[in-house]
Amino acid sequence: MKLFNTALFLVSTLLFCKVTAQNNEMATVKGGVYLPLYGTADKTVKVDSFMMDVYPVTNADFLKFVKENPLWKKSNIKRLFADESYLTKWTTDENFSGLPNAPATNVSWFAAKKYCECQGKRLPKMDEWEYAAMANENVPDARKVESYNQYILNWYETPKTFNKTVGSTFKNYWGIYDLHGLVWEWTQDFNTVLISGESRKDVDKDSNLFCGSAAIGASDLMNYAAFMRYAFRGSMKARYSSQNLGFRCAKNLEN
Amino acid sequence: MKNFKYILIALSLFAISCNDTSKKDTEITAENSSENSTDNKISDMSIYNLPSQWTTQDGNEIELKQLQGKVLVMVMIYTSCQAACPRLVADMRNIEKQIPENKKDGIQYVFVSIDPKTDTPERLTAFAKENEMEDAKWLFLRGSEDDTREFAAVLAVNYKQISPMDFSHSNIISVFNKAGELAHQQEGLGVNNKETVQAIIDLTK
Repeated sequence: MKLFNTALFLVSTLLFCKVTAQNNEMATVKGGVYLPLYGTADKTVKVDSFMMDVYPVTNADFLKFVKENPLWKKSNIKRLFADESYLTKWTTDENFSGLPNAPATNVSWFAAKKYCECQGKRLPKMDEWEYAAMANENVPDARKVESYNQYILNWYETPKTFNKTVGSTFKNYWGIYDLHGLVWEWTQDFNTVLISGESRKDVDKDSNLFCGSAAIGASDLMNYAAFMRYAFRGSMKARYSSQNLGFRCAKNLEN
Repeated sequence: MKNFKYILIALSLFAISCNDTSKKDTEITAENSSENSTDNKISDMSIYNLPSQWTTQDGNEIELKQLQGKVLVMVMIYTSCQAACPRLVADMRNIEKQIPENKKDGIQYVFVSIDPKTDTPERLTAFAKENEMEDAKWLFLRGSEDDTREFAAVLAVNYKQISPMDFSHSNIISVFNKAGELAHQQEGLGVNNKETVQAIIDLTK
């Protein structure tokens, strides 16, 4: 009996989440220790080795997903899981605007999470994302390299980069594209960012975040670039979506 | 063909959310339900759309859906917390005290742990006892780390583990109507809870 239930569960999970290979290229990021911009006061964080999608999820990928999982179409999605801005530029349930291989944006955290689950993957943790994104073309941690920071800041000043195609920025040390330069990306635990601002004055505030922004000194271009990301995450709710915000998936390293 | 697909979807939904019910139950539900009938019962903004499974302080497995029909007053805490949580617990107790006797029945006070690794049912029971919250109106829940993260996302509660013992977290008390829709949120510690109390009373009508 139990076996039957398990079988039923497995079969139906597969049916519920049609698993099809799409844009499946992943790169391995070798784990290590890094010091995040903020969080556990001056403590380094250990990141285990993991795999990450080489490119952000594209419009074409996401179309395929909603076709196979109709509950996540623009007109079907439950408001609990996405607000009105979900896929806002899609003209119909099955017509995105923009290029097929541009990053899918205006996707809520719930939808991004579901998408990854349906690929047998998950969203990257924030530490994994930050760790992978420290790399430039040549080194795994380029956060002190001026050109690396300048690249990010230039991107912040460039409008509408979400219209570009995936793969149009640099390939980093791990073989991953577009962590900087196209769109911001959802992470699994984006809601670990505790911002003490007008909107959420109640949290045990994390002053480290603000120390970074207050001190504009020599090494702080790097802090500024990262601060913007953390601040953005802190301002998001899981049902929100934005035209500047896409996602990619990750998974644990297979042994 | 399309219908068949929907039945399978519905079936799989049930299989995911109630994998400890007997096979018979699963079949019956699958026969009687289609996607539409589920939609009619649970509104778009209801937390009863979440399929997550939770363990109570008594070790029972429940789905949020089983709380349908009650007004829910919810807060996320962890039992080893020294700073904000005792005050949140006090806030909850304070709110409960102000509810008139004839309204008390329709209200469930729910504490959701953000530290599921530590907060075992035993631990939650001990916490309930320490705080003299052993009455059935106090419910303590613990879920998987993923489901907890997702539920926090629904409540817009942010939290982060800052040491093996401690978490930073938003202090938010959320009130849900009988259909599981978020109706009111109180932010901060020891704030004036008049509005929250009024919201709860209004919702029990």
